[in-house]
Amino acid sequence: MRIVSAFGFGLLFGLGLLLSDMTDPGRVKGFLDVAGTWNPALALVMGGAIAVALPAFALARRNSRSLLGEAIDLPAKRQIDAPLVIGAAIFGLGWGLTGICPGPALVLAGHAAPGALVFVAAMFIGMRLAERLPDRGA
Amino acid sequence: MNIILDPAMLAESLAGGVLIGAASSGLLLVNGRIAGISGIWARATARGAQPWQWAFLAGLLAAGAGAALARLPVPQALTAQSLPLLAVAGVVVGFGTRLSGGCTSGHGVCGLARLSPRSLAAVLVFMGVAALTVFIRRHVL
Repeated sequence: MRIVSAFGFGLLFGLGLLLSDMTDPGRVKGFLDVAGTWNPALALVMGGAIAVALPAFALARRNSRSLLGEAIDLPAKRQIDAPLVIGAAIFGLGWGLTGICPGPALVLAGHAAPGALVFVAAMFIGMRLAERLPDRGA
Repeated sequence: MNIILDPAMLAESLAGGVLIGAASSGLLLVNGRIAGISGIWARATARGAQPWQWAFLAGLLAAGAGAALARLPVPQALTAQSLPLLAVAGVVVGFGTRLSGGCTSGHGVCGLARLSPRSLAAVLVFMGVAALTVFIRRHVL
């Protein structure tokens, strides 16, 4: 059951990325280009998603078990540390260069776009490199 | 500076966001897991991977496969980019998201919906650096 639901939520997530055009790197760069011809539409993607997810997270905080009886796994870390900030800056560089973040990369890989397949494989390598750091934040 | 405000585009963005929020809420309340794509991809490809992680990723891939079946084109803004650039940026994105423990979904959607100060800091930093990167490439270089 939890496999079926996870697949369904992944599919729904991917459809949301497609519908909102988060999978179009041109649209993403248009959103990031505040000094050029700025297209703020993508702010509504995050805004809409957060508005829907806010009550879900409020509910999750009061329950220790999910509907399928699993422990609800919320991050415990609270401190804003160097790995968080440096890692976010490095991620921002890669996102700004290409207009692609991990979710859209996987959807576009499912579309069999060669560039996305390369990106996803490269992401795997970057993650393994980060895990070799002695003092990793994640 | 010009601003594009296209009502159809704004509506699609909002609708897409609602789907993403619903998917994140569902994974949280039904499966008890955070829909952070970089984290799920990292754990699914490492030792100790769990079947639900691959099922979720399969859903994302299936959405893309569906777009291909519906004969939607791969965005020109992707095919126009060189493979070496995409390879380098992919390593950078993988490294950075792993180090900071999240990406646009884990910090941007789930973290902010959870009112996490860590995620707010991460979002401000990656959005700021991404905007600066686009600014330098489009308006300085």
